[in-house]
Amino acid sequence: MRALTYAQAIREAHAQLMAEDPRVFLIGQGVRNPWYAGTSLQDLDKEFGCDRVIDSPVAENATTGAAVGAAIMGMRPIVFHPRMDFMLLAMDPIVNQAANWSYLFAGRVSVPLVIRAVINRGGEQGAQHSQALQALFAHVPGLKVVMPATPYDAKGLLVAAVNDGNPVLYIDDRWLYEKQGDVPDSLYGVPLGKAAVRRSGRHVTVVATSCMVHEALQAADTLATRGIEAEVIDLRTIKPWDRDVVFSSIGKTGRMVVADAAWMSGGVAADIAATVAGELFHALTAPIIRVCLPDAPAPTATSLEQAYYVNANDIVVAVEKTMR
Amino acid sequence: MSQDGHENREVSDERLMSCFRGMLRIRLAEERIGRLVESREVRTPCHLSIGQEAVAVGVCSSLRSDDTVWGGHRSHGHYLAKGGDLNAMMAEIFGKATGCSGGRGGSMHLAAPAQGIFGTVPLVAATIPLAVGAALAAKLRGIDQVAAAFFGDGATDEGHFHESLNLAALNRLPVLFVCENNGYSTHLALQERRLKDNIVDSAELHGLHGCGVDGNDVQAVYAAAADAVQRMRAGGGPALLECRTYRWCGHVGPAQDLDVGKHRQQELQEWMQRDPIARVRERLTSRGLGQDVIEGLYRQATEEIDVAVEFARTSPAPDESDLLQHVSVARRGI
Repeated sequence: MRALTYAQAIREAHAQLMAEDPRVFLIGQGVRNPWYAGTSLQDLDKEFGCDRVIDSPVAENATTGAAVGAAIMGMRPIVFHPRMDFMLLAMDPIVNQAANWSYLFAGRVSVPLVIRAVINRGGEQGAQHSQALQALFAHVPGLKVVMPATPYDAKGLLVAAVNDGNPVLYIDDRWLYEKQGDVPDSLYGVPLGKAAVRRSGRHVTVVATSCMVHEALQAADTLATRGIEAEVIDLRTIKPWDRDVVFSSIGKTGRMVVADAAWMSGGVAADIAATVAGELFHALTAPIIRVCLPDAPAPTATSLEQAYYVNANDIVVAVEKTMR
Repeated sequence: MSQDGHENREVSDERLMSCFRGMLRIRLAEERIGRLVESREVRTPCHLSIGQEAVAVGVCSSLRSDDTVWGGHRSHGHYLAKGGDLNAMMAEIFGKATGCSGGRGGSMHLAAPAQGIFGTVPLVAATIPLAVGAALAAKLRGIDQVAAAFFGDGATDEGHFHESLNLAALNRLPVLFVCENNGYSTHLALQERRLKDNIVDSAELHGLHGCGVDGNDVQAVYAAAADAVQRMRAGGGPALLECRTYRWCGHVGPAQDLDVGKHRQQELQEWMQRDPIARVRERLTSRGLGQDVIEGLYRQATEEIDVAVEFARTSPAPDESDLLQHVSVARRGI
C-alpha cells in the first residue's frame, strides 16, 4: 500500500472506475479544471477524453437531470457539484426524480447515479459557498448518502457508490483533501451502510461524520490524558447509517456524543440521537449531547468563523459533560 | 396520394390508416377514463389529452421501437402511441398490482421500458433533461437511438427547458423536444404567462433546429418529426418541434373547464372544428376508405378498451406487504 492524499484517492477511484467500465462518465462544472476540483479530478479529461469528462455550463438542473436520464438508460454517471450549495438548483432531478424513480415504477427502472457534492467550509467563503447539507438529502427515501473521512474510504466509498445501482450522494469535504493515508492500488469497495470503529474506548461513544472524525480522534487523545476512554465511530454512510455498530458501542459505554459539522436542528445528529434514545434508552447512563453548528448561516469574517465551526475542543467539553 | 417514397411530404395510405387507428384508440380510451373518473371508480388524478392525439401519434410514428419517449402528467397518448400495453395502463390507473408501475404510479407515472418508455412524471419539465441524458447515453454508446421529450407550453416557462436545450445543442445530442402547445398551463392561458407567443424561437436562440407545425394535423406532425429524426440520426443535433394544438378537457379530469379564461368557450368551439381525428377520417374517406371499415375500427378499439377495463377491474390490488419494496434496487455490479 501507498500513502495517498484524500483528493488523490478520489481521483484514483474515478480513473480506475472509468478504465474498468465504459458506462462510467463524469459531468459537472469544472471537471476539467483544478480551480474547482483541486487534484481530485486532475487530468481525467486528458486520460479519458472530453466526451467522458464533460465540463458543463452553469445549468445544475439540466446537468443533473441528464445524468439521471443517462443512468436510467443504463450508464453509470458521476455528477460533480464543486460547491454543494449550487446543488440546490438541482433539487428536482435529485429529490423528485432520482430518489423516487425505482419506487414509482416498482423497480422496473432504476437510477444508478452518483452525485458528488463538495463542502467548502471556512476561508471566509460565507453562507452560500460552504454549506453541509447532508441532512436534507438523508431525509429523502431512495437516496443513499456517504461521507468519507479518510483517503481509504474516499476511494472505496466512491467505487461502492458507482456500483450500488441506486442514486448515491457522495459528499466530500475540502478540509480533508490534503489528509494522507494508506490506499490500496486495487479497485476495492467500502460497503455502504457500514460504520468503522476508529478507536476503542469504554467510557463514551463519539459518533462522528466526515471531518468531525478527525476532530473526535484528537479529542479522544486529549480525553485519554484525563482518564476518559472515548470510542470513536466514523459513520461513513449517513443514510442508511449503521445501527449495529452504534448500538453495540453504546451497549458498552452507556454514553453518546454525536458530532456532525452541520446545523443542529433536524440534522443527522438529531436522527441518531432520537433513534438511540428511542430504542436504547435503558442502556444510557447520561443524556446524549450533539456537537453541531449553531443554527445560523456561515459568517465570513475569520473571527466569526472561528466561533461558528465546531472542533475537537467542543467534543472534549461535550464528553466531559456526559461524564459528570 | 404519393407512392414515390417522399413520405415526409405526403404520408402513405397505410401510415395514415395506422395514425388514424392510433389516434382513435387514444381518444376512446381517454373518453372511457373520463367516464370512470366521473363515476369515481377511478380516483387518481387523470389528465386527458383529448384533442391532442395527433401530436403523440405523429411523433411516435416517426420513431423506432428502440427510441425513447419522455412525458409528463398528460401522457396516456404518448404511452399508447409508443406501444405501451393498454391493459397495463388501465390497471395502473385503477391502482392495481398488474399496472405498468405495479399500482404505485397511477395515471401520471407510466412506464413500458421494452417500448422505450422509462417513466413519465408530473413535475413540470422534469423529464426534459432526462431525455437529454438518454440522448447523451446513446452518444456515449455510439448508437443512433433518439430521445423524444414531450412537454406542454407550461414547461417552457421552466429553467429546465432552457438549460436542456442549451446542453443538448452544445453536445449535439439526438433529442427531439416536442412542445405540445395546448394554450394553457393548468388554468393560465399562454398570453397571461408570456409577453411573446414565440416558443419555437427558443430553438434559434439556443442553436438547434426549430419547426412550428399544426399540431392537429397528424400528417404535418409526422412529416416534421420524421425530418428532424432523420437529421438527428445523421448527427445533426437536437430539434424543437412546437405543435399548436388545444386541450378539450380541463387541466385534470374530463370537465371542459369553461370558467377558465374568458375566451375559453369560443376557443374550444373553434378548436373542436379542427378535431384532429375528424380531419384524418375525412382525408381517408376522400381517398376511398369505406364507412364500414371506419365503423369497424371504432368497434375494434371499443372492444379492446372493454377488455382493458375488465382486466383492471378484476386485477388484484397491490399487497400491503409490498409497501416498502423497491425504494432501492438490490445492489448490482462489483
